[in-house]
Amino acid sequence: MSFGQLGYDVAHLLGGGVLLLSFVLLYQRRIGAVINAFAMQGALLALAAAWAAHAQGAPALYVTAVLAMAAKGVLIPLALHGIVRRLDLHRTVETALGIGPSLVAGVALVALSILVVLPATEGVRALARENLALALSVVLLGMLMMISRRNAISQVIGLLSLENGLILAAIGVAGMPLVVELSTAALVLMIAVVAGVFAFQIRERFDTLDTGSLEEHRGERR
Amino acid sequence: MPAVLTALALLVGALVVLGVAAWPLSRSVLGARVVHGGVALAGLLLAAGGLAGLLGGVSSLTLPFGPPWGLARLALDPLSAWFLLPVGLSAACASLFAFGGVHGPVAPRLLVPWPLFLAGMALTILAADGFTLLLGFEAMSLASWALVAHDDAQAANRRAARIYLGFAGFGGLSLILALGVLAGGAGDVAFAVLRDAPPEGWRAAAVLALVIAGAGSKAGIAPLHVWLPLAHPAAPSHVSAVMSGAMTKVALYVLARFVFDLMGPAQPFWLGAPLIALGAASAVIGALRANLEDDTKTLLACSTIENVGLIAIGLGLAMAFRGADLPALAALASGASLLHALNHAVFKTLLFLAAGEVLHGAATRAIDRLGGLIHRMPVTAWAALVGVGAAAALPPLSGFASEWLLLQALLAAWRVGDLPFQIGVAAATALTALAAALAAAAMVRFWGLVFLGRPRTPRAAGAQEAGGAARWALLVPAGLTVAFGLLPGVLLDLAEPALRLMAGAGAPRAGVLSVGAAEGGARYWPVLVALLLAAAVGAALWFVRRRAPGGVARFGAPGHVMRGPAWDCGFIAAPAHLPFGDPASQPSAAGFGQPLRRMLGTSLLAAREAVTMPPPGATGAARLDAGFHDPALVALEGPLPRAREALATQAERLRDLSIRQCLGLTFGAVVLMLALLAVLGGR
Repeated sequence: MSFGQLGYDVAHLLGGGVLLLSFVLLYQRRIGAVINAFAMQGALLALAAAWAAHAQGAPALYVTAVLAMAAKGVLIPLALHGIVRRLDLHRTVETALGIGPSLVAGVALVALSILVVLPATEGVRALARENLALALSVVLLGMLMMISRRNAISQVIGLLSLENGLILAAIGVAGMPLVVELSTAALVLMIAVVAGVFAFQIRERFDTLDTGSLEEHRGERR
Repeated sequence: MPAVLTALALLVGALVVLGVAAWPLSRSVLGARVVHGGVALAGLLLAAGGLAGLLGGVSSLTLPFGPPWGLARLALDPLSAWFLLPVGLSAACASLFAFGGVHGPVAPRLLVPWPLFLAGMALTILAADGFTLLLGFEAMSLASWALVAHDDAQAANRRAARIYLGFAGFGGLSLILALGVLAGGAGDVAFAVLRDAPPEGWRAAAVLALVIAGAGSKAGIAPLHVWLPLAHPAAPSHVSAVMSGAMTKVALYVLARFVFDLMGPAQPFWLGAPLIALGAASAVIGALRANLEDDTKTLLACSTIENVGLIAIGLGLAMAFRGADLPALAALASGASLLHALNHAVFKTLLFLAAGEVLHGAATRAIDRLGGLIHRMPVTAWAALVGVGAAAALPPLSGFASEWLLLQALLAAWRVGDLPFQIGVAAATALTALAAALAAAAMVRFWGLVFLGRPRTPRAAGAQEAGGAARWALLVPAGLTVAFGLLPGVLLDLAEPALRLMAGAGAPRAGVLSVGAAEGGARYWPVLVALLLAAAVGAALWFVRRRAPGGVARFGAPGHVMRGPAWDCGFIAAPAHLPFGDPASQPSAAGFGQPLRRMLGTSLLAAREAVTMPPPGATGAARLDAGFHDPALVALEGPLPRAREALATQAERLRDLSIRQCLGLTFGAVVLMLALLAVLGGR
């Protein structure tokens, strides 16, 4: 597949959409909007997986799509919204890096991943190459989000969006066994559950979701 | 001849088995004797295998087992065969000595590492791939460390063992890096593969620097020599003998293997310069320290540093000559090195064993508590005199032949390179001559203070000499020292294939009875020199006896020899309560070394002297404090630990990072790696 073919263009468009939503995640100032953007990213990922299933003729990928849509598009965002409502969080996102600098850093990370992936994968199908570059960018942006936010919910969303990048990489490669994706999905659900419990515990003990408040309670402080 | 190599490989295996079996065997006297006798036999077989390898050809062997990524390979070529000689002879003599010293059950910690030590050395020499080489090298290091650390009751020994282990780790790490740089991205460390891709430019320089750091720290090349004077006194005597005689040679073998074989012949001449410079520095520092130490084994360890420095100079010269396409001179320099490696192994083993015999007989290593031992321990004294003469490079003993060849090579080195190199070689020549003279002074001091004069303590006056195996362990290397000194031409002929491997040419042929610097050049006839010396000494003896007043002694009439009192150097007779004379009326170890300490020690070894006078009117004695520090050891124990401490304090701060900062570190590392990949992948 190459430029001008429908399969390529749609896959490219969906992958690019996932990446775009990673940027959207980075510049949201309200936590509800962050969760909504994450839900959209999950939905787009599900679409991308479904399209890959159609284009590659791999019905197993439909399962991935359904799972992604159910877990990331619906269930996890709903649960997060529930947490925010129940804990009555300040609805603003507390950033550590600032919106502008994190966007600049995000652009630099995308450039870096393109510089790394494109020369390293010469001779591979064009779709896989660009998909890999997009996926690596999403992964790096998820990590960036984890370190540039103070709020535990935002950090969890950073981790989940990082995982979206991994799924995006997996569906771009033809022949990835289904069990890998299933186990990844199970892992993500576990992470979400643990993170939710953890957030409740933090809130209960310290009356805040700022993970910085944990610092005062570490042992072995010199 | 694969049969020889197979036999040698089986011998290494047998030594390992003997090391394991030494644990139960150590309970009984007989068991300890079995272990030491077995190691002595193995040493002899190793030397025999080396001889067979020199006379035969190159053979290689792939073992049926090895590391997970391949099979271990062994090979026996002339270079490794030559280095089996010093290792085998030294280990055989030392083990014979230890055999004679077994009078009760020996502690397992002293017995178990001993066969493993020899097995490690043999495996290093026989290895034909990098992994096996490192395996042997590390086994050798660890086994000898266990032997150095055997007496951990004393703080000085614990310190010595700690420093020794640090150097062993540093050396092994450097060799691993050297192999890595040499192998490049290919990853195969078989010697045959490495030979096909010799390094060039900065890679060759990096390999050389790493090998000098790795093998040099084991051999004792300055400034990595500081462990020798600490570790040798801590180890038992037979172990110090093998550490000095054989282990440093194994390290030099590794150096020669890398430099002359694996790095290929097409290297520039200036790669030899660092070896020449470091060798000259080691020779001078070692010989100077040997003049200042007051512990017999420390003194001998410093002399080892000097001799290793001389061998390193020879190797560096051979590199320079080979790079300048002068194969005959390269053969001369490498011949001097190989010959000196063998000679030094034999005479230093002899000297350490003699020091061990003195330690056993007089219960001390301090020179200031010895003296006059020639009367109580004549065999040890005369055997040590042979070794001392060789270490002082006196003709016709073995040390002279090889040092003469080395000086001939140094004097011929003006043919190489440009002016700076020539000036440097001229300076190295002067330093080598200085080191030889200093070594002679150190040996006079050692032998004179220990064996001549009067006993300085009652314990020295009552010293007892052991007989049996220990005596033979002294007589055999003494005989070999004389034989090697008289027949260096035979040894050079034997080393011919090794020289062809290293230098691409044989040594200048000068017949069996002489060695020569070049065809038609200067020659040294050891047998002739020996005859001349014997004639001169005999004539002098005859003349003195003939001139002696009648009735005292007549030449040819030994029955009439009359002993007079020893000359007391003009001092008044000692009081009656000092039956061995006044100790203060003999030169002490520090006093003997004082002129050299004042002349050279102040600048090179930070020697100091301070006189504390009693206050005016007081009747107390004035006090003289004198001492010196090796600057390398001061640097090792001062700034280095401080830097490590500061680094550790900085690293401790990482523990206080918040979760986000920890994640940020990971993220930064990932981004850095990706950036590196992007930059390097773009090339």
